[in-house]
Amino acid sequence: MSKFKKKKGGDLPAISTASLPDIVFMLLFFFMVATVMRQNTLKIENRLPRADQTEKLAKRNLLMYIYAGKPSSAYKDMGTVARLQLNDKFASVNEIAAFIAAERDSKREEEKPFLTTVLSVDKETNMGLVSDIKQELRKVNALKINYKTAPGNPIDR
Amino acid sequence: MAKRAAPEVNAGSMADIAFLLLIFFLVTTTIEIDSGLNRKLPPIEETDPPIIKEKNIFQVTVNRNNDLLLKANGNDGELIKLKDLRKKAVAFLDNGGGKGEDACPKCKGKRNPQSSDNFEKAIISLQNDRATSYETYITVQNEIIAAYNELRNREFKLAYPSLNMNYVEADKMYSDPKTSASDKANLKDKIEAIKLLIPQKFSEAEPKKSN
Repeated sequence: MSKFKKKKGGDLPAISTASLPDIVFMLLFFFMVATVMRQNTLKIENRLPRADQTEKLAKRNLLMYIYAGKPSSAYKDMGTVARLQLNDKFASVNEIAAFIAAERDSKREEEKPFLTTVLSVDKETNMGLVSDIKQELRKVNALKINYKTAPGNPIDR
Repeated sequence: MAKRAAPEVNAGSMADIAFLLLIFFLVTTTIEIDSGLNRKLPPIEETDPPIIKEKNIFQVTVNRNNDLLLKANGNDGELIKLKDLRKKAVAFLDNGGGKGEDACPKCKGKRNPQSSDNFEKAIISLQNDRATSYETYITVQNEIIAAYNELRNREFKLAYPSLNMNYVEADKMYSDPKTSASDKANLKDKIEAIKLLIPQKFSEAEPKKSN
């Protein structure tokens, strides 16, 4: 009788899955940290135009978002003309002043001069709506604006 | 005394719970592309428009069919393509046709007396129709900013060759929160100097109503 009995081949040892939770947790933490929750649910189409001379946007909490574009397919009853969206609902151009005032009130005094309005406008919108928005912003003295764009060269189409 | 061993918690389902959370975050993640074209709107109070020589204006008009009409360098207006806009804007800004106190020693253009005097005098004006598409508008804006950036890059490199970077890179580094305070202070004056040398004089007219 030998002391070193050869193991019978055939059945492979089971792979230990004990570290699987650790791996998954690692991924989980990565995504939790990297996630930026959408502040608003978009009710409009929002395909951004492309540009390559862009600058990075400043701190997130100093931005005010104004969306514009055609109502998306779930809101067909709103028509096919480009509409404005502020926060979570459709709005008209003359509600911008109240929106900006509310956003300003929610910020600290020393942050107010750095507030930037981000115009996130669908590329098929007409300039009429955009210039109406800009006119309203001028009225409430919100002069720093940013046209949000997607990266890419706009010329080679 | 009976010593009771605590029963071991079965951790087998831990992975499932973690997966569930992982999938939730995977689905809700939007890696936001937070970039865009920064602009400043003019304040609303009406001031009398300053008197500007016509040769110093580079007037771009975009109509409802997204065609570009360029009125500059003393011509009555020509239809141009979007891809030519940047080149023409650079040529206009860089012309340096001024004489005497309007002379522009740093300009490298053709010194056409019919075109702009110097960087400071040159104005780019944009007018669009209410039916112009936003995409075209952004493309035009992008090209005009590109023209300014091209010149600023050149002057920045000429003025500060030791930095070994161009204006856009310097500006990006300046706005990067990771840059140290001493680097920032160092860059700030240089960026301001270039901004002062080549100011972005860009005016937008109220859009026309088309019938």
